[in-house]
Amino acid sequence: MAVLLLAEVAGGELSVDATAKALTAAKAMGDVTVLCAGAGCGGAAEAAAKLDGVSKVLCADDAAYGNGLAEPMADLLVSLAGDYEHIVAPATSSAKNILPRAAALLDVMVISDVSAVVDANTFERPIYAGNAIQTVKSSDAKKIVSVRTSTFDAAGEGGSAAVEAVAAAGNAGLSEWVEDKVAESDRPELTSAGVVVSGGRGVGSEEDFALIEKLADKLNAAVGASRAAVDSGYAPNDWQVGQTGKVVAPDLYVAIGISGAIQHLAGMKDSKIIVAINKDEEAPIFQVADYGLVADLFAAVPELTEKL
Amino acid sequence: MVSGVAPDFEEKHAMKVLVPVKRVIDYNVKVRVKADGSGVDLANVKMSMNPFDEIAVEQAIRLKEAGKAEEVVAVSIGVKQAQETLRTALAMGADRAILVIAADDVHQDIEPLAVAKTLKAIVDEEQPGLVLAGKQAIDNDMNATGQMLSALLGWSQGAFASELDIDGDNAVVTREVDGGLQTIKVKMPTVVTVDLRLNEPRYASLPNIMKAKKKPLDEKTAADYGVDVSPRLEIVSTTEPEARKAGEIVGSVDELVAKLKEAGAI
Ligand SMILES: Cc1cc2nc3c(=O)[nH]c(=O)nc-3n(C[C@H](O)[C@H](O)[C@H](O)COP(=O)(O)OP(=O)(O)OC[C@H]3O[C@@H](n4cnc5c(N)ncnc54)[C@H](O)[C@@H]3O)c2cc1C
Ligand SMILES: Cc1cc2nc3c(=O)[nH]c(=O)nc-3n(C[C@H](O)[C@H](O)[C@H](O)COP(=O)(O)OP(=O)(O)OC[C@H]3O[C@@H](n4cnc5c(N)ncnc54)[C@H](O)[C@@H]3O)c2cc1C
Repeated sequence: MAVLLLAEVAGGELSVDATAKALTAAKAMGDVTVLCAGAGCGGAAEAAAKLDGVSKVLCADDAAYGNGLAEPMADLLVSLAGDYEHIVAPATSSAKNILPRAAALLDVMVISDVSAVVDANTFERPIYAGNAIQTVKSSDAKKIVSVRTSTFDAAGEGGSAAVEAVAAAGNAGLSEWVEDKVAESDRPELTSAGVVVSGGRGVGSEEDFALIEKLADKLNAAVGASRAAVDSGYAPNDWQVGQTGKVVAPDLYVAIGISGAIQHLAGMKDSKIIVAINKDEEAPIFQVADYGLVADLFAAVPELTEKL
Repeated sequence: MVSGVAPDFEEKHAMKVLVPVKRVIDYNVKVRVKADGSGVDLANVKMSMNPFDEIAVEQAIRLKEAGKAEEVVAVSIGVKQAQETLRTALAMGADRAILVIAADDVHQDIEPLAVAKTLKAIVDEEQPGLVLAGKQAIDNDMNATGQMLSALLGWSQGAFASELDIDGDNAVVTREVDGGLQTIKVKMPTVVTVDLRLNEPRYASLPNIMKAKKKPLDEKTAADYGVDVSPRLEIVSTTEPEARKAGEIVGSVDELVAKLKEAGAI
């Protein structure tokens, strides 16, 4: 069966980690063609062609695709859909914007955030903030699937697929891009980092979030946050981990001043080792932590940073 | 003397806002998977309005208060009990409500594609200038309905909004995305799906709860709109995720460091 994998392309570059993880899921559904769309996406296409197990790469190079606007991107997918039984993408905010739109245009359901591929028509996905796992079987002629990247290993390199240009599918001009506010950071990316250090409301202020960041830098970790920390302005929105933020599964997750609400657990409970530092011994986070330290974070975190 | 200010055309042509609201298990309830694997137990559990939809209702009411909307219509598709959810929207300040009964069993959920098709039929009838939906429903976490509705209408879409500014024929939407924030300008009419930080929803006051009981609530069925709500996805099973095994409490930072070294985590 033919699968079209929409690559994650940001700023003209391939997001290799997200795309390679979705590729692993896509390969379980059939023969994979990767689509790179962007304004000047040749580099991304070359990078995608090197991923192991890609049969072909399509490159849709047009100004309309430069900022990932949902309307032209969905139209592009629809224009190519005829040749494929599956359209797959990593479950990034970009794909979650585009895939449901394309699915409705094709009169099929979208299957969001798939965590396992049972067979080409059957998928597992977490529901209720990960408190239940549902297995769904699609009867649609086309399956449109976004993939939860934290549960798939990245496909390796070593491929040498051919790259083919495809025509753009026009732009109805329903929306236009104004600006992106993207924080530049030298830290590892949150969803692919091996270690994540997250702070919650207990941290108390934006200034004191520096404690979390210092520990993160010592561990070469990405920084995460609870919703309460983001809502209170201690941390930017793209650091939020949880049901409505990012889903992470690092080797080590350190939760500091975070109570452990189910909505937060939804985003990190598949981490290999969880450490919790909280002054309240009753905090639910301790029920999922491998190592819990009941302590005041303002004393424990600097001490930990120093002793590592 | 200068004559009085000309009648405000904006106001005269102020738009209607449609807000789809879903009845879901309350976010504080610990969900239980049924032993036979057929789904999640929804009998006798507290149900509430999807939290994202409260934010959408709040935003619609604020647009009305700012003179940018003339009427706020809340819609829910599902079981008869979704009336309660709509009454909550009315108590917050929506003007009227439409309930589309599409299932008898509280355990039956309607897929986003079918919900979007029903909403499209309602949009064709009501002609709103804006649909404000939630980004995702916290039960199925599908994150799809608003985008699907926008596609079926051929409208623009502003998904995951944390800021919304409507100005005549356009809306400026700031979206929460993986890398940070993205601002786009969309043509009206439009479908916007709201994220958590757009606003903080108000609580309905007791007098408003009483008033809401008298506000109009129309009952329809999916058949009234000629929409086929039969599912495209068959639920094969619903299972409990693997539980993490309880860990240990360490006594000091030194012990924590030692344990992490032992586990090879650092
Ligand atoms: C629809 C919806 C979606 C949501 N999505 C998310 C999501 O994606 N991600 C998310 O995180 N949340 C989400 N939430 C919010 C979630 O329900 C909780 O409110 C939130 O996770 C709480 O954050 P917190 O643990 O930082 O704050 P709190 O629950 O206030 O916990 C703070 C903790 O810090 C501890 N503490 C305080 N001071 C100290 C100190 N000096 N030293 C050590 N410990 C200290 C306290 O003991 C407490 O346990 C969502 C909620 C809803 C309704
Ligand atoms: C108990 C249970 C039983 C199920 N049974 C079946 C089954 O038998 N067959 C089957 O195929 N699928 C079933 N499902 C799955 C279900 O049909 C879809 O997966 C589900 O609807 C996913 O969408 P969502 O509600 O997460 O929508 P999202 O797209 O995440 O919702 C986003 C927004 O759309 C709006 N919205 C969504 N739904 C409504 C609504 N009904 N009324 C008004 N506004 C709405 C709201 O503004 C909401 O914030 C079941 C699900 C559950 C929980």
